[in-house]
Amino acid sequence: MNAAVKELDEFRREIASWLAANKPADPGFLLPQSFMEVGSEQQLEFLREWQHKVWTAGYLGMAWPKEYGGQGVDAVYQSIVDQEMRRQAVPICFNVIGLGWAGPLINDIGTAEEKEQYLKGILSAEDIWCQGFSEPDHGSDLGNARTRAERDGDSYVVNGSKIWTTLGNYAKYMILLARTNPTTERKYDGLSFFLAPMTVDGIDTRPIRKLTGEYGFTETFFTDARIPATCLMGQEGDGWKIAMKTLQYERGAEAGAAGGLAFVRIVIDDLINQLREVRRADQPLLDDPVVRDQLVSLIMEEKALALGDRRAEIPALSSDYPLSLPLSNKLRWTEYTRRMRQFAINAQGADGALYVGDDRARAGGFWQRAYLNSFSATIGGGTSQVQANIIAEHVLGLPK
Amino acid sequence: MSVLGNTALRFDDEQAMLLDYARNFCAAKGIDTARQHLETPQEFAPELWDEIVAMGWLGIGLPEDLGGSGLGIGAAVPVLESMGRVLMGTPLLSTLLASQLLLRGDKTAATEILVAIASGEAATVAQLESEDWLSRREQTQLTSEGHLTGEKRLVMDAQSSRWFVVTAQREGIPVLAVVDAKDLESGAIRPRQLIDNTHRAGDVVFEGVTPRLVIEGEPVASALRDYRLLGALLVAAENTGAAAACLDTIVEYLKTRKQFGKLIGSYQALKHPAVDILNDVDSSRSFIYHAATLVTDEPLQADGQIACHMAKAQATDTLKYAGDRAVQFHGGMGFTWDCDAQLFVRRAQWAQQQFGDAAYHRQCLATLLLDA
Repeated sequence: MNAAVKELDEFRREIASWLAANKPADPGFLLPQSFMEVGSEQQLEFLREWQHKVWTAGYLGMAWPKEYGGQGVDAVYQSIVDQEMRRQAVPICFNVIGLGWAGPLINDIGTAEEKEQYLKGILSAEDIWCQGFSEPDHGSDLGNARTRAERDGDSYVVNGSKIWTTLGNYAKYMILLARTNPTTERKYDGLSFFLAPMTVDGIDTRPIRKLTGEYGFTETFFTDARIPATCLMGQEGDGWKIAMKTLQYERGAEAGAAGGLAFVRIVIDDLINQLREVRRADQPLLDDPVVRDQLVSLIMEEKALALGDRRAEIPALSSDYPLSLPLSNKLRWTEYTRRMRQFAINAQGADGALYVGDDRARAGGFWQRAYLNSFSATIGGGTSQVQANIIAEHVLGLPK
Repeated sequence: MSVLGNTALRFDDEQAMLLDYARNFCAAKGIDTARQHLETPQEFAPELWDEIVAMGWLGIGLPEDLGGSGLGIGAAVPVLESMGRVLMGTPLLSTLLASQLLLRGDKTAATEILVAIASGEAATVAQLESEDWLSRREQTQLTSEGHLTGEKRLVMDAQSSRWFVVTAQREGIPVLAVVDAKDLESGAIRPRQLIDNTHRAGDVVFEGVTPRLVIEGEPVASALRDYRLLGALLVAAENTGAAAACLDTIVEYLKTRKQFGKLIGSYQALKHPAVDILNDVDSSRSFIYHAATLVTDEPLQADGQIACHMAKAQATDTLKYAGDRAVQFHGGMGFTWDCDAQLFVRRAQWAQQQFGDAAYHRQCLATLLLDA
């Protein structure tokens, strides 16, 4: 073992034992499985404390510059931390829009003042960030964004509304895409990008109640909200370019994220372990031939996805349609996840009818809530049906 | 430990070259070669078989000291996937499997026959005795005088084979009896009409035949188990190639056929199932090459067994779905003999019966994965 490998190995042991010693105890209420599911002050404070603890210990933003709260070390250390976090199933680092999207963006193209002002607060969880891209009438069609930002002295006056703002009601800052010029020839050229405060007058958030009964998103209304002109990132008209760069971080296509878990991955082993105690017709459920057949099909689906990741690295075995595996990944994972969680409820027998809040609900209603939340992934970021169209057109070459 | 277990998938340059070579060879023959074969009583095209022998494919799963490639039976996966793309029959599949059974049963005793196979003599396994491919009640007997008595059904490539590896019992003990085709009585082989005539099979009567070699002893049971698993894997490899070609056939039609003034490929009712097939083919390919990574000349370990079961369970269902939709999506054309869709849908029906259907393999997987 060479010195570098040995050092990483030692580091892995270090973080593993730190996590084992510092992993928070079960708080007695259900924790969010993703940063899009933070629905109560109780959850928020718990997660804020956890992220702050991880950062204070030096295990978050490790590859970010030291002067802005990072550790200034190679990104490989952070990825070891993230792997161990996943392995030990610790809570998420919930300030994802800051950690994963806004932070890397500011690190890459921000001014020294912007870095100084924003980065440390993102890592410490003191400053929660949200994203104002989608609008009620335009869904994911960002080029058509209508929210206006008009220059007035050393301010911009913002009017309009944004939707699906994750953490909107808790956020101190928003990465905001707004139209500074409504008369440009190309609609994209009229857009500008802001690192906007959420704390000024004229910004109201209305929590959106999800099908789970919880909150997690807001609709955000701007009514003559006056934000400092210094909040403009880059120049007027750079908005589209910067927003597209932000989406590259969001999709994981560009590196730079601070690290930490953005969501808890629920895998087939979690399901099987849960079902070992369930009975059906006075026998263990896992002895039922039909249930066994369905479970094996699910195991195969998850294994096929894991094997697909390996095969995608071997060009000789993915030459027919090289884009197939990467472009299908979102569709397949999210649809598989949805069906697996749906099966989990069915497999609980009569207890499948119980929900979060009932003291007899299995695992506190974890699977019931997880199933309902799974639609956020089959709808968000392009619905499964749109994904299938994209694959049909871009991989198979079928006509629009 | 996760129930997903081993997820290794490796493919080295040598295997990549073999895949490339096999793909090009089969593509040059094209699906028309399979089509020409449909209505001839001839078991296989002799020129094609000579080429396959010359390329050394019969020895692809055999060690070098027997005249084989030394690459292991996993190397047959890219070859059979490539053949599946053009639905190429030939006795290669049956020969590879018969040689694996002998190799694993008793390599030393079978050396002479294995060398003959590697140099070009076709072989097959005679095992089935009824429609019940799960039956383990062997009826065929090897008598104390050393004669075989019994009848085997649906023996793959029976008419083309020089060697028959016959499963039998001697006083309740399982044995493998190797019969030379020359020792069969005339009329002992009765060819069967298969739903997929790109493959061939016949029933064979072994009455009073004296085998050239009898293999018995402890390895026979595990050799038989591995023969069935490898059979499942190689049929899965063929199916994967066939399903990929079937998808290409569907996509081509969807891109060119117009109805109601539009290319039919623009309809989501056809687009989305095509994507489902693509994803299924991707899963099948991942499973067969994962299995190819794990199988060796040694008795298959649990992870290798799981991989073979998954490969067959997936690939069988993939080709069934792809073939079925290929007929439907071609509309009236799909109902005709001249449309290639019929070739794929027929291959699918043949393949699902070989070495166990998808539900059977999932049943085996449940035991291996949930009861461990």
